[in-house]
Amino acid sequence: MTLLDTRRSSETLASVSSGNALELRGVTKMFGALAAIEDITLSVRPGERRAVLGSNGAGKTTLFNCITGDFLPTSGTIRLFGEDVSNFPAYERIRRGLRRTYQISLLFGGLTVSDNVYLACRGVSRGRFSLLRPRRGDPLLTRTAELIEAVHMTASGDTLVSELSYGQQRQLEIALALAGAPRFILFDEPAAGLSPTERAELVAILTGLPSHIGFIIIEHDMDVALRVAESVTMMHNGRIFKEGTPEEIENDPEVQELYLGDGHG
Amino acid sequence: MALVERSTPYQSSWAERIPTAWWIAGLVALIMPAFVNDFILFQVFGWTFVLGMIALSLMFLAGYGGMVSLIQMSVAALGGYMVAIFGTSGVAAISMDLPWWLYIPIAVIVAAAFGTLVGALAVRTEGIYTIMITLAIASAFFYFTRQNYGIFNGYSGFNLVVPPHLFGVDWRQPMPFYYLTLGCAVLSYLAVVYVSRSPFGLALQGVRDNPRRMAALGFNVTAHRIAAYTFASVIAAFGGILLVWQNAQISPGTAGIPAVIDILVIAVVGGVRRPIGPFIGALIYTVLRTFSPDILTGFGLSGERFKLLIGLGFLAVVFFSPDGVLGLWERWRARKGRGRDPLTGEAK
Repeated sequence: MTLLDTRRSSETLASVSSGNALELRGVTKMFGALAAIEDITLSVRPGERRAVLGSNGAGKTTLFNCITGDFLPTSGTIRLFGEDVSNFPAYERIRRGLRRTYQISLLFGGLTVSDNVYLACRGVSRGRFSLLRPRRGDPLLTRTAELIEAVHMTASGDTLVSELSYGQQRQLEIALALAGAPRFILFDEPAAGLSPTERAELVAILTGLPSHIGFIIIEHDMDVALRVAESVTMMHNGRIFKEGTPEEIENDPEVQELYLGDGHG
Repeated sequence: MALVERSTPYQSSWAERIPTAWWIAGLVALIMPAFVNDFILFQVFGWTFVLGMIALSLMFLAGYGGMVSLIQMSVAALGGYMVAIFGTSGVAAISMDLPWWLYIPIAVIVAAAFGTLVGALAVRTEGIYTIMITLAIASAFFYFTRQNYGIFNGYSGFNLVVPPHLFGVDWRQPMPFYYLTLGCAVLSYLAVVYVSRSPFGLALQGVRDNPRRMAALGFNVTAHRIAAYTFASVIAAFGGILLVWQNAQISPGTAGIPAVIDILVIAVVGGVRRPIGPFIGALIYTVLRTFSPDILTGFGLSGERFKLLIGLGFLAVVFFSPDGVLGLWERWRARKGRGRDPLTGEAK
């Protein structure tokens, strides 16, 4: 552990100079002979909100999985706030302020909404192995209640997650990503399957995030994506195809052709 | 789905949340010695509580952690062996005659260390492979104790291992032993119930439901699983200490493969979803084992065939109710309309 700690402190110093929240260099992920993503180089400033667009199979979710450490990239380096986390397990990256939501909700169906959020808060704080139940007035319980309120779910705090509607599960996904002190969040299609009202609520939650929290959002719904993002990365066949402001991307003839040609228009 | 008490999960008005049936069961358990004879106290209830504790350690791993471990009986037996080796037994050449306040902690620590080590090997595997690797280590433990004479005294093991005479009580007399095992069983049951709602227990259930998501919430999934083995092994170790006192002896057969499988059968028959399940399973097992030889000989069959009855019972339970007798009971209650509302889960 001491080895890790010394490395951590020296890396923290390095992060001051580099200044990017997230930096990918030449990240490639092979599944057998197939490159799901290839030579991705990408950097995102702290507080920047970036949308990643692309058709199905463009490698967007694989990119997220590599960034969070759900699986390790075949080659390339990933730096989180200047620190090289390429070989860190997922939980170490999360403890450094990275968060993510999943495209298909990955929640604990057998636990209540409060329990789910409480676990998320506990995961990024001390006492993960505590055998003592939290007392009334435990700061984490307060924080849990606040998060549930932030995603408008106070009424269903004691409901089993498996009994929630689809839209509520999506909201809960976001609450889990906001637990602790997030510094950078990856949203994987948070609006998929939501009703127009729920979409509006989602946009409000995303635009209402504190300005120091940057995020990357994968979203098929251009309305949502372009309203919350200040920069856009287009992916195609596992590679970065275009980068630019939302206006540039929207008006780019190549992008239009790609998107319309794929039947997404 | 292991969390039954859903409302006010973190608050401590615990006395009000205990159903009346539990108070009655507790009272009956306390005054039991007034009604039944020593044989029932010692041979039926003593065994029920001891086997129940060892099966409870399996329930903790399987029910809350999703890990089916076959090593719990070996962990218990190692605890028992340590009591014989560091305490007093008929094998004076090996036993060290240490006082009880020294050999009990040693036994628990050694057994828990062993369980943790096995856990560290087993948690890297899933499902059937966890069962296979723990079964392999359990058989290795059996053969090792049978062939090692320097420490484990080989085939014959240790005899005359009895509890210390504390407070002037002979704890191996039926009534004291009944209360001793009852007390330990209740304590270990309460410990499991309490820990299941602690941060560690909640996280363990999260790991069971969705290990990938737990890692994405900042939890070290592997470390959590190993720690679950440690906790379960402490309970198994106490069960093993009581087991060696109950038998007054320990030998390789205590943790032989049939005994290892028995613990699995007890936990599954009782139900691994709730901590009371293993004790129900242990009671059924012990009653069958104690009385079926009489019934079988009544039908002109060999008395040793009681395992046939247990096996048939096991088949029936697995076939009709994968969550054990407890699951049968819950479904029966639900059908009577007195159970929980299937939509909201609220008690009606």
